[in-house]
Amino acid sequence: MLWVDQHRPKTLDKMIVHQDVAQNLKKLVTEQDCPHLLFYGPSGSGKKTLIMALLRQMFGPGADKVKAENKTWKVDAGSRTIDIDLTTLSSTHHVELNPSDAGFQDRYIVQEIIKEMAKNRPIDTKGKKGFKVLVLNEVDKLSREAQHSLRRTMEKYSSSCRLILCCNSSSKVTEAIRSRCLNVRINSPSVEEIVKVLETIAKKEGLQLPPGFAARIAEKSNRSLRRAILSLETCRVQQYPFTPNQAISPMDWEEYIFEITSDIMKEQSPKRLFQVRGKIYELLINCIPPEIILKRLLYELLRKLDAELKHEVCHWAAYYEHRMRLGQKAIFHIEAFIAKFMSIYKTFLISTFG
Amino acid sequence: MAPLLQSSQPWVEKYRPKQVKDVAHQDEVVRVLTNTLETCSCPHMLFYGPPGTGKTTTALAIAHQLFGPELYNSRVLELNASDDRGINVVRTKIKNFAAVAVGSQRYGGYPCPPYKIIILDEADSMTEDAQNALRRTMETYSKVTRFIFICNYISRIIEPLASRCAKFRFKPLSEEIMTNRISYICNEEGLNLDPEALSIISTISQGDLRRAITYLQGAARLYGSSVTSKDLISVSGVIPQNVVQALFEACKSGNFDMANTEVNNVIAEGYPVSQMLSQLFDVVVQADHITDEQKAKICSKLGEVDKRLVDGADEYLQLLDVASNTMRALCNMPQDFS
Repeated sequence: MLWVDQHRPKTLDKMIVHQDVAQNLKKLVTEQDCPHLLFYGPSGSGKKTLIMALLRQMFGPGADKVKAENKTWKVDAGSRTIDIDLTTLSSTHHVELNPSDAGFQDRYIVQEIIKEMAKNRPIDTKGKKGFKVLVLNEVDKLSREAQHSLRRTMEKYSSSCRLILCCNSSSKVTEAIRSRCLNVRINSPSVEEIVKVLETIAKKEGLQLPPGFAARIAEKSNRSLRRAILSLETCRVQQYPFTPNQAISPMDWEEYIFEITSDIMKEQSPKRLFQVRGKIYELLINCIPPEIILKRLLYELLRKLDAELKHEVCHWAAYYEHRMRLGQKAIFHIEAFIAKFMSIYKTFLISTFG
Repeated sequence: MAPLLQSSQPWVEKYRPKQVKDVAHQDEVVRVLTNTLETCSCPHMLFYGPPGTGKTTTALAIAHQLFGPELYNSRVLELNASDDRGINVVRTKIKNFAAVAVGSQRYGGYPCPPYKIIILDEADSMTEDAQNALRRTMETYSKVTRFIFICNYISRIIEPLASRCAKFRFKPLSEEIMTNRISYICNEEGLNLDPEALSIISTISQGDLRRAITYLQGAARLYGSSVTSKDLISVSGVIPQNVVQALFEACKSGNFDMANTEVNNVIAEGYPVSQMLSQLFDVVVQADHITDEQKAKICSKLGEVDKRLVDGADEYLQLLDVASNTMRALCNMPQDFS
């Protein structure tokens, strides 16, 4: 088991980061019935951990016993029936799913599953009606229609089920849904908090951390807790006991992009562009999302450029990323950005050095 | 053991006015409609205006006051955007409902005029075809059916429909009315709200009473019975002013790396960028020391980036683009790239 999962805090009380949020959530579920919730924040900030701990707080240890299920939903869409395959994680009290996996048919998934849950709600020993919780991940990737149909279903079935939505950016969730939920912003943990977590984990694992080592990992992690814990574990596998100046290896794809940037800084020619194309393909084949590649490229370029060029380069990065989102094939747009950069850089070199 | 579900309604529903005359701030509308209620003659109606101003409330209140609870289900059909409203529904469901004739016996002290009401909520999201299919239906059954259309943007309602209706515009609520209503709810719910929080809540909700009440309930649930302005801000997703100012100052300084750090910070803190843009817009428009030309340049970029975000572009890159453009406009650096 990875440390990330093994040392994930199980209850709201044990949270190290986001203590305040955890306490508020605890108050929320113990005092009154709970409203619909929308968690948003960058990846690796602890949204999922909070949600799992919250479920445990609501339902007790029963919420931990989840089973993965691959089910085919038969949806009646007017004149025809559609079959949709979807994997769900469920316990007796909650169901968790990624509706955006269903692609453009996500609307039916949202309606169908909620209806199903509303039908067989858990009945309490005292004969009171309980409610179930539906956890939807990546709501920002849901289509517009799905989000619209979600809002009515949220109201209609509010007596028997509660929704917990989870997404990275709340800009992409419609106002109608946001206004029906209690919005909870989860920020990335600060470097100090990451250090604290790393030290706790090291203590549990019985490791000796040299001074300053945790701080270095935390700084490299880009404020993502998951990333920090993963790299701590990698370091442990590479070499133990730790030495104070042990190298923290960056992700291999980051190194690869670093190579690409030095390539295009060295020579700006169609031939070089062709060589770089091969490397970009390599990255894409290994399932690195194109927008991450573009962002990382920009990050590396910005580190090397003069201030006056930075504006222009970041303008074009934003421009091509937008076009990439509208278009189909990512490679064209990444390559267009690189070509654009080469031309800007070459012009700049000629005008400065002649 | 599953937790028990208390029968606690959202406050928005709990404090929804039950009678037309209780609807706040829409004096003309209320006057006309009270008249309607007395005479029982009712035209087709079209309510339009920004969200949270009382459109749906008014429509429901009319229906309830005309028919009372007993006849309500048989006389009123309520459809909104989440119900299927394609052309098929217009042709079958609406038409069937509209075609049934009803008598005019009085029932339990309510006027019960001899017609039925169809409320089409969020009518601006109906397709043009569906709206076209309604035209003839409205006229044919006008003896026994009245339509109430509710929409945010009147421009999305096709002209033939709009011309068949009496139009009522709902204005955004003024700050005073809003604070009155909010303090009334606070009283009822036993909440403590200091004056600062009260003014904050009417500012961040921008004339939308529903939003104000939702924020209030959210804050009350999270932080208990005394709510401060800080709690309200954190519930509403509004970005604290000092974060926005920090970004703006970084742009003013003309140092790219500083702006980049600020942008990174905003993203890591998880603030929604679309909200950032609108707050940055407010800061730019209100700033005194910027020339009109500079403001124009910044705002044109803000518009462009907002569109890109709707298309699903990456938040970090777009906010960085805005920051860089703002910096160029403020420091009079060259603007256009080709």
